[in-house]
Amino acid sequence: MFKGKFIDNLPKIYGTYTGGFIVFIILMAIGEQAGMSAKVIGICFVAFTVLIYALIGYLSRTIQVDAYYLAGRQVPTVFNGMATAADWMSGASFVAMAGGIYFKGYGYMALLVGWTGGYVLVASLLAPYLRKFGCYTVPDFIGTRYGGNLARLSAVIVLTVASFTYVTAQINATGTIASVALDIPFNIAVYVGLASILMCSMLGGMRAVTWTQVAQYIVLIIAYLIPVFWISNKMGAGVFPHLMLADEVARIAELEAQFGLGSVKNSAADLKQVPKGLSGITKAHAEVNTTPWKFISLAVCMMAGTASLPHVMMRYFTTPSVKAARRSVGWSLFFIFLLYSSAPMLATLSKLSLMDPNLATGIIGKSISEVQAIDWYQNWNQANLMFVSDFNGNGTLELNEFFMGGKAVVLATPEIAGLPYVISGLVAAGGMAAAMSTADGLVLAISNALSHDIYYKMINPKAETAKRLLIARILLVLIGFAGATIAALEIQGILGSVIWAFDFAMSGLFFPLVLGVWWKRANAQGAVAGMLGGLAAGTAYLIAVRSGYPGFLDITQLTFGIVGSVVSLVLMIVVSLATKAPDAATQKMVDDVRVPSGKAILGRQH
Amino acid sequence: MSKQAQHWEKTRGLLFVTLAIWFVFSIGIFLFGAEMEASSIKPFGYPLSYYMTCQGSLGIFVILIFWFAGRQEKIDEEFGFSEREDD
Repeated sequence: MFKGKFIDNLPKIYGTYTGGFIVFIILMAIGEQAGMSAKVIGICFVAFTVLIYALIGYLSRTIQVDAYYLAGRQVPTVFNGMATAADWMSGASFVAMAGGIYFKGYGYMALLVGWTGGYVLVASLLAPYLRKFGCYTVPDFIGTRYGGNLARLSAVIVLTVASFTYVTAQINATGTIASVALDIPFNIAVYVGLASILMCSMLGGMRAVTWTQVAQYIVLIIAYLIPVFWISNKMGAGVFPHLMLADEVARIAELEAQFGLGSVKNSAADLKQVPKGLSGITKAHAEVNTTPWKFISLAVCMMAGTASLPHVMMRYFTTPSVKAARRSVGWSLFFIFLLYSSAPMLATLSKLSLMDPNLATGIIGKSISEVQAIDWYQNWNQANLMFVSDFNGNGTLELNEFFMGGKAVVLATPEIAGLPYVISGLVAAGGMAAAMSTADGLVLAISNALSHDIYYKMINPKAETAKRLLIARILLVLIGFAGATIAALEIQGILGSVIWAFDFAMSGLFFPLVLGVWWKRANAQGAVAGMLGGLAAGTAYLIAVRSGYPGFLDITQLTFGIVGSVVSLVLMIVVSLATKAPDAATQKMVDDVRVPSGKAILGRQH
Repeated sequence: MSKQAQHWEKTRGLLFVTLAIWFVFSIGIFLFGAEMEASSIKPFGYPLSYYMTCQGSLGIFVILIFWFAGRQEKIDEEFGFSEREDD
């Protein structure tokens, strides 16, 4: 079933799958009418979708190296675009992004610009050339282009640091959603999440991850868009919110003035009562509220980080040709755009639902006791995502007396706006899909680098196929468990660690990758200095800022990649020029990478 | 100049154009956030600064990548470096 013809049948297969999923949603809606409880609906949504992914993972099992590492290099452009979009959009994009926009407005939207603009760099600087190279992993490119185990090892180190920082956040997110939807304690839910992640990747490697990611994209985009369109129509804000919310944005500004946004400051004693992690609205919705440099520096870090994160890059190794790799980047960004352009709309709708006294759902300006009696307020207050308190003692809820967690914007808005519970179940399934797909891509990127680059290329080049794949699978499970164990400790928030991952990747890999294609004179010594020096400088700056050093040029712990990558670039150029130029064979290899036609540099089985 | 060198020259030219457009919409316009906000240009009624961060720049990046891919394919064909379909 999964051979040859499978590729030709893809539109039909995923069309049927999408239809089936919609039928499932309708069945759940009927179930809700018939009296199914909210909890059962939530369990059904998460369990049903996760089982489907596991089934796809099982059907895609393989014993071929080529299929395990590269999905057989036959993933069509549009489908690879969907898989990349799921790979890319993490639990953070799905659950936390709209919340970030809701609370921080314009300053936060630098992330939207950065996380999309980075794909222009991927398409023009890297993806087609790395595809032509024919490598299995990103360190495979570094190791072959520059030559030598030291360069390969350095790339594996940077990859592991960046991807591991990222993956703990994703496993954390799957745990959060599984614990809410299945009603089990978080530190058990983390391992339930891990088991689902491993089921998708262990048997079939890249091939299984590719086909589950396509399925996960379909679930997550349906789960994100339905509530946005539904709420917008229900509120009478516009049939097509993306183009029709200008009045609502203006209305929020009006209400902000009316409710005296920013004029009343909460005292420190008052704020102590507010549960950790919740915040009030303190920034205007659409106003430019940050300096150009702060906005641009954050966007630049996210863009360069996008172009250096190995789990994204390796998706473009699976396309049938160089041309397909280029187009596939365009499709990836298109599918990402569908969600990213909806997040600000959701934030707008959510904020207006809560603020506008003309709407039945508005709570600001109502009496505190009235708000505390609302069902959804009680639910989300119990989940530690909402809080009100009458600081000034006038009995009325003021704008500065309402607090919410970032996740609530996505998770609670459907309920606030009065949508049926089936939508909340759908949103939980979407969040789970987003976090699982990214976690799968990351775990696979790390274990592939360790099994292919460290074990096969450096320790035991004579290993047989069966042994290589066995090692790859064992590593996959070990890394998954390590990630889950750290996630269970709950050290960092989801979004913070995601941003760090971009900065780590940018510090160590951006220039070594780009110059590997675009500067023939770059050599192994330069690349090693660039990778290790960049990573060390970035990390040192991060640690310094976290322990109280004020930093320079307004570079914060979110933008430390600027320090790392500049050090990396300088070291790479200076050391390369101070040492011998790469030999003729390497120069020829770079020339070959620059044209799409002809054989790949590395053969199909290497 | 060899065919390959010419091909690379054109490829590099396309890269510079692509990166220039990318620079304008990812960095350039955000130097003028306050000016955009005050501007009387309001796409679909949104303040320009808000619109560019929500949709404008994002959409332009999507179009830019497809445009870039199309141009690069033309360059590859011109010099006979495109891949055979049965590859």
